[in-house]
Amino acid sequence: MKTENQKAWFFVLPVLVLVAFNALIPMMTVVNYSVQETFGDNVFFWQGLDWFEQILRSDRFHAALGRQFLFTFLILIIEVPLGIIIALSMPRKGFWVPVCLVTMALPMLIPWNVVGAMWNIFTLPDIGLLGYFLNHVLGITYDMTQNPLAAWVTIVTMDVWHWTSLVVLLSYAGLVSIPDAYYQAAKIDGASNWAVFRFIQLPKMKTVLTIAILLRFMDSFNIYTEPFVLTGGGPGNSTTLLSIDLVKIALGQFDLGPAAAMSLIYFAITLLVSWLFYTLMTKDDLN
Amino acid sequence: MLSWMAWTWPTALVFIGIFSAIGVLVLLEIRTPGGDARKGVLGLTTTRGDRLFITLLGTSYIFLAWLGLVGMPLWWPLGLSLVWGCFTFWKV
Repeated sequence: MKTENQKAWFFVLPVLVLVAFNALIPMMTVVNYSVQETFGDNVFFWQGLDWFEQILRSDRFHAALGRQFLFTFLILIIEVPLGIIIALSMPRKGFWVPVCLVTMALPMLIPWNVVGAMWNIFTLPDIGLLGYFLNHVLGITYDMTQNPLAAWVTIVTMDVWHWTSLVVLLSYAGLVSIPDAYYQAAKIDGASNWAVFRFIQLPKMKTVLTIAILLRFMDSFNIYTEPFVLTGGGPGNSTTLLSIDLVKIALGQFDLGPAAAMSLIYFAITLLVSWLFYTLMTKDDLN
Repeated sequence: MLSWMAWTWPTALVFIGIFSAIGVLVLLEIRTPGGDARKGVLGLTTTRGDRLFITLLGTSYIFLAWLGLVGMPLWWPLGLSLVWGCFTFWKV
């Protein structure tokens, strides 16, 4: 039997050090904060697991968590099918390929806070292009600064505009990797468009789609900047997603202990959902 | 130097525990490479590392659920977590 060379592990070291400093050590500090109370000046008092109990039973946390799941669910249910449809209708070769790809990539190149500011100005009812058009030309009452439903429609639309491209580009990469022979075989068998999609394109896109859905889940579950700039969590608390609430507790109220406990619960949820999804999607590949 | 991290003994012990568990896994991996991969009762192919991860993730959920639904003291969730850990390493 050939002995495996384990030296390659040393090449992982730099990444390990990097992750230690930008993730692991801050994370350990958060764990330490979560069992203590502080009034500043780096003085801490032992608090035990009270913060966890308090957060887990607080209606405010339940409400923010509910809004967060609703938001993530809505954007996934829109972005994934929409992304696949767009990827399927994009040309596979010729002049229009780069045009489509660059157009698709454009929204993703814009920084989060700029996206939030753009959509804010775009949708303001009296001066925004969309807001003015809806209110004063079409006569639809639409005010995302006053009406929770309008605010939700706006943040969901903004996220769809910003991130559907990611699903599109990944699906497209999956699609172009399918050899022509598959399509020819399908044609010979007289397969319908749906059958081609269901038995050739979808299975071939499975890996990239898994990654796309995972990335969109994690990103949307942790989303902060865009809704913060667009609605600031309002009107009222209607668009206060988990991360916005977390920052309010941590920096607005300076309750570092409860905020730390909340972020650990938040982390546990993200971790479990991502792990479950990834494990279930790749289960058949490994066996 | 470490005062900004606000260490406490209980949290330090938690991390020492996790890191020593990883250390034990490394030692086991050196002695018997391959991660002892097998297909468990949940239909998942798991290695030792996967089983540790599942144990720890499950443990955190057991404790969080107990804290949210019942509250202190935490002897019951501790027992449940130990049972969960044994089950994971034995069957999953």
